[in-house]
This record gives sequence, C-alpha cells and structure tokens, in this order.
Amino acid sequence: MDLAVTQAEDAFRAEARAWLAAHVPPEPLPSLETAEGFAAHRAWEAELAADRWSAVNWPTEYGGRDCGLIRWLVFEEEYWAADAPGRVNQNGISLLAPTLLDHGTPEQCARVLPPMAAGETVWAQAWSEPEAGSDLASLRSRAVRAAGGWRLSGQKTWSSRAAFADRAFGLFRTDPDAPKAHQGLSYLMFDLRAPGVTVRPIGRLDGKPAFAELFLDEVFVPDEDLIGEPGAGWRIAMSTAANERGLTLRSPGRFLAAADRLRTLWQERGSPPQTRSRVADAVIGARAYQLFTYAAASRFLAGERLGPESSLNKVFWSELDIALHETALDLLGEEGERADTDWAERYVFSLAGPIYAGTNEIQRDIVAERLLGLPKGRR
Amino acid sequence: MRFLLDAEQRAFADSLDAMLTAADTPKAIREWSRGEHTSGRALWSRLADAGVFALAVPEAYEGLGPRPVELALAFVELGRHAVPGPLVETVTAAALVREPGPAKRLLPALACGESMATVAYEGSYALDGDLADVRLSLAPDGLRLAPGHEATRPSLDPARRLARLRPGGELLAVRPPVREALLWARLATAAQALGVGLALLERTVAYVGQRTQFGAPVGSFQAVKHRLADARIALEFARPLVLGAAVTMTPADVAAAKVSACEAAYATARTALQLHGAIGYTAEYDLSLWLTKARALRTAWGTPDECRADALGA
Ligand SMILES: Cc1cc2nc3c(=O)[nH]c(=O)nc-3n(C[C@H](O)[C@H](O)[C@H](O)COP(=O)(O)OP(=O)(O)OC[C@H]3O[C@@H](n4cnc5c(N)ncnc54)[C@H](O)[C@@H]3O)c2cc1C
Repeated sequence: MDLAVTQAEDAFRAEARAWLAAHVPPEPLPSLETAEGFAAHRAWEAELAADRWSAVNWPTEYGGRDCGLIRWLVFEEEYWAADAPGRVNQNGISLLAPTLLDHGTPEQCARVLPPMAAGETVWAQAWSEPEAGSDLASLRSRAVRAAGGWRLSGQKTWSSRAAFADRAFGLFRTDPDAPKAHQGLSYLMFDLRAPGVTVRPIGRLDGKPAFAELFLDEVFVPDEDLIGEPGAGWRIAMSTAANERGLTLRSPGRFLAAADRLRTLWQERGSPPQTRSRVADAVIGARAYQLFTYAAASRFLAGERLGPESSLNKVFWSELDIALHETALDLLGEEGERADTDWAERYVFSLAGPIYAGTNEIQRDIVAERLLGLPKGRR
Repeated sequence: MRFLLDAEQRAFADSLDAMLTAADTPKAIREWSRGEHTSGRALWSRLADAGVFALAVPEAYEGLGPRPVELALAFVELGRHAVPGPLVETVTAAALVREPGPAKRLLPALACGESMATVAYEGSYALDGDLADVRLSLAPDGLRLAPGHEATRPSLDPARRLARLRPGGELLAVRPPVREALLWARLATAAQALGVGLALLERTVAYVGQRTQFGAPVGSFQAVKHRLADARIALEFARPLVLGAAVTMTPADVAAAKVSACEAAYATARTALQLHGAIGYTAEYDLSLWLTKARALRTAWGTPDECRADALGA
C-alpha cells in the first residue's frame, strides 16, 4: 500500500504543469457545443498535439508519449487543475482509439490515430438509435455488402458534437437473420460528409446545437473502415463501453479540480455552515474517486482485467458531478440562474451523466447481477 | 502511486477472517450483551495473539507498531464479524499513553491482550467502562487514570455498554497526544464500520437470493437490486478512503474516511433492514447484531457533521 509517487512520475507532473501554465488560454474558450467554440477547441487540440500532450498514453508512433496509466492519471490531474479547455475529441480519444488499439489493424491505427490526436479529425459516436437506447442490441441501422465495402442505411441519434464533427463510428446490422439480436452486428467508421449522410442538429437542454441525429441513405464505406470481423461488432463495442465507463472516460482529475473550485467558491461566499456538508461530500467524493481509480489502475497494471466493476464508477461519478454542481449553483444564489457562466455550462453537462454511457439504472443492474450475483430478472 | 495491498497484508486479513468465522462470534456477542464476558475475553486473547492490538503499540513497549494500514485491515475484519468490546478504545489508549513511565506500565499488557482499555472525555460515556481494566479519562488538566465509573446505560447496540468515568484519579500526562490518538480512534472506527457494512450487504444479498415471493426470489426484483447496488457502490468508494487515510494519517483524510465509511455502513443497514422485512426487525435474528452497531459507530468518535468539517479543514 503506497501513495508515494516515483521520481519519474513527479518529473512528468512538473513537465506537464509547466507546459500547461505556459499554454492554457487565459480566457475560457467559448462553449464547445457551439460552432465558434468547436473551432476554438479544435485549435486547442492541435496545440496540445504539437507538443504531444493530446493523447499522452498512446504509443509514441501515433503521437502519444506511451506514458502508462498512472502518468496518464497524473497528467489529467494537472490538466483539470490548470482549468484547461474541455476535450472536443474526447469520443475519439477515449472510445474509438482504445477500440482500434485493441481490435484495429496497424494500418487503421496509423491512418486514424495521428489526425485524431491533432484535432484534424473530430469523431462522433453513432451508437444510439430512436428505437434503441438502453436496449442497444435492438438497433436496426444496417450495413449491406457492396463492391469493395458496405452501404449504410438507417437513423442514428443523440450523437454528441456530431453537428460539427468530421467522422463517426458505430454499430450496424450486417446479418439480419442472426439468431440473437447482438449477433450479426458490425463495427464501422464513416464520413459525416459522405454522400447520403444528413446531419440534423438537436438543441440540447440549454439549446446549444452540437448534439445531432444522423440520417443515412446508402452511405458507402470502404472495407478498410470495418473494425474487426463482420459480426463481431457487439463484442468490440462492449470492450469500448468498458473503457468508457471504466478508467478513461472520466478521470478523477476533473472531479478533484471541480471540488476544489467548489470549496473556493464556498470560502469566497463566507463559508456558510448550512452548505458545509454538501461541500465536504463533494471534496470527499472526489478524493474517494481518485483513490478508487488509482487502485483500479494498479490492479490493471498488475495484470488483472477490469470487468463489471466499471459500472460502480459510472454511477458514482455521475451522481457526484450533479451534487457538486447543484451545490455550486445554490451557493451562487441569484447568479446561479445565469446561463452564461462556466458553472452553468458544467451543471447542464452534469445532468446528462446518469443518462449517457449506459443509464445508471442499467449500471445498477450490472452491479447487482454481475458483482453481487443476484438472480436475473425481467428486463 | 501504487495503491495495492501486498500479499502479506492480504494474508493477514484472510487469516483473521478465517479465525473469526470459526469462532462463532454471534454467540459471543449475545453473551457479552448479557454481561457474560468469558467467551468475549477468550476471543480478545486470540485477537491479541494474532497481533491486532500490538499494531498500535510501539515496539519499545512490546508492540509491533505503529502500523495503521494493518490495523485498518484488522478492524475491517472485526467489523465484519461484529466482535464486541472496547476495540477502538484499546487502540486509542495505546496511542494516547506516551510518557515512558505509564507506557511501560500499561502498554505491554494492552499489546498482548492481558488488559482491555477504555477512553473517554471526562463526563462522556466510555465504552465498556464497567469492564475495562484500564480506564483513561481525558480531563481538562491532562490524561488521568479514572478511579471508577458511574452506572452503566444501555446502548442502541446491545453489545455496547456505556458508563461515564468518575473524575479525578492518577494524572498520567499533562499534554497527552490527543490529536494523534483521535486519528487512531477515527481510523479504527471507520474501518470497523466498513466491515459492518460489508457484512450487512453480504447477508442481505444471500437472503434476497433465497427468499421468494410472487413465485420469484425477491432479489430478482429491480427495486431490490438497485438498493443493493447502491449499497455496494457506497461501500466500495469508502474502502479506498479508509486505506488511503491509514497511509497518510492526516486529520482531513481520516475524517473523510470516518464519515464516508460510517455513512455507507449506516445506509447499508437501512437497506438490509428493509430488504429482510420483518425478520430483520427482530433481536433473535443475527442481522440485528450488525444493524445496531452501524448506528452506534456513526456517532462514535465524531459525528458525521464534525468529521465533514474536519475533512474540509474548516
Ligand atoms: C448528453 C448526451 C450525450 C449522448 N451522447 C451520445 C453519443 O455521442 N452517441 C450515442 O450513440 N449516444 C449518445 N447518447 C445517448 C445515450 O447513450 C442514451 O440516451 C442512453 O443509452 C439511454 O437511451 P435512451 O435515451 O433511449 O433511454 P431509454 O432506453 O428509452 O430509457 C428511458 C428510461 O428508462 C430506463 N430504462 C430502460 N430500460 C430499463 C431497464 N431494463 N431497467 C430499468 N430502467 C430502464 C432508463 O434507465 C431511462 O431512465 C447521449 C445521451 C445524452 C443525454
């Protein structure tokens, strides 16, 4: 049991801190859910990538630093503590990239990853459909064999930032006759500007337009954009989902920084005793999440596979995030109603946490059945 | 930061678990509650032989300590098996007595399990004050060996017996390390509460898996599953705080561990009671041994509010 960091980790932290201090924009960028903000965030990704800070845990050949999981956690702590901009390419970096590194070909990695790291290609996740949300395996969009590739048709929805993104990755039904819904699905990448694609922005809760639905009409995808074998899509997607909910989607650094900001806000407001418990719970929760994640990372590095315990994470951080931001808005009082503040932007985002990446109801089912061993019930 | 238990630490916890599983603690707890201490005392010696109390006693006084991480692991097991007695208080006493004279006189006996200690602020309830061999009183002018105790009062946890200490008695130290000792008290309480919560969850999962209503195990109903999933989540996130606090031993980390472990255990107790239905509400059924302890530990050595304030350093 050891909380000490090695000299190498310390040196890495110092290097990251110095770089961030010199580069983080002094004024917050406009919201990345808007066209203007999207462009500004894309430029920020390029700046990160120029000094190889955009995907530090990737292999060096694809633009990373191959720094390992512990130093990635350290980097994230520094990143969020420096109040650096949100990551516009998060879906690509934390979902598609690990999928490709595990299941893609070297050719796919070499073609897709470097421009992703540089912010040249921003990716959207095209999993959900109007009729397939929690029951994702019931999805109906299909991919039909064509010369040299596949033709995609159907409708995808709730695709974060797809209104401004370049490409998307998603699941398509390639074998409608497969005996079970989650068989016969394939994992494909496609161009959001290809002929046959219509992107319709959907204002999210605060009206910002980056969310979108996608209509696909015979969209051609070359063979080289199929990930893994045809029909293996579900298995590959589930390994992506474990990444999403597990270690890499929400690094503890975010919550440590947010809890720290909350504590400062509380102190600036005169440390009102009636909010003390809620502020303390946010600070304690962020610390718990940090230690839990380091423990999971240590187990992972010791060779253990992380399985359904990633569902514990998902529920914990999403509820922590909402409680923390609600407390901040309450502390702000009248100012808390304003929509044009960082607190408001982050509050609105926190509200979606229990819904995306698998709803918290679904995560609780996984905890109950796969970790506690309770009997399966009706879905 | 490599945040993993080593093989020796895991083996230590496993061996305590095995010993306590074999010891039939529910019987010892019920006897203790009735004021019959023979089986409880025997259990105490075996815990001492395993090194539990020595972990808080410095080597200079025939201990193995101070080793807070191992102590936390041990207390998780003590909580899981609901072991009765002034466990936390004995550890706290070991951290409190530091003057060479009194330390030489009192600590070796605590380390080897020959004596049990209790500790309280003068005028507050001391756990098992009627029974402890060493009664330490935190008086305004220093640490005193209390001359005796007032009448015992029942606790919400029948296995805990409360008695105020009489004022006066031998002065052992003018400036005892109260802040440090409080860290040990809170750490041990937090770990014990975590263990209590884990046991409540384990028993409840087993119960709802086998109890059927409407033709199906009640554990297959989603409302039931989700309450248990929440209990598991709360406990799993309290655990690293407890172990992390044992590593750093800073007041803020220890307070955070105490509040989160005790709140998680208490919430799990509420869930355990609800999901057992009426049988959970009876003293006859063993679940009650853990249910009442979760309530008592919640306010022992610092209420949730006090610990939250300390966690913020405010
Ligand atoms: C901000 C945001 C961003 C998103 N980004 C993306 C994205 O980039 N790409 C993408 O593909 N998708 C994205 N999603 C979609 C998200 O993955 C889905 O919303 C989610 O899977 C839930 O599906 P649904 O909305 O259809 O809800 P439904 O599945 O219709 O569920 C409705 C309610 O019923 C509950 N429910 C359903 N089934 C059960 C059950 N068996 N037991 C108990 N309760 C149940 C749910 O928990 C929920 O509370 C995003 C969503 C949000 C809010």
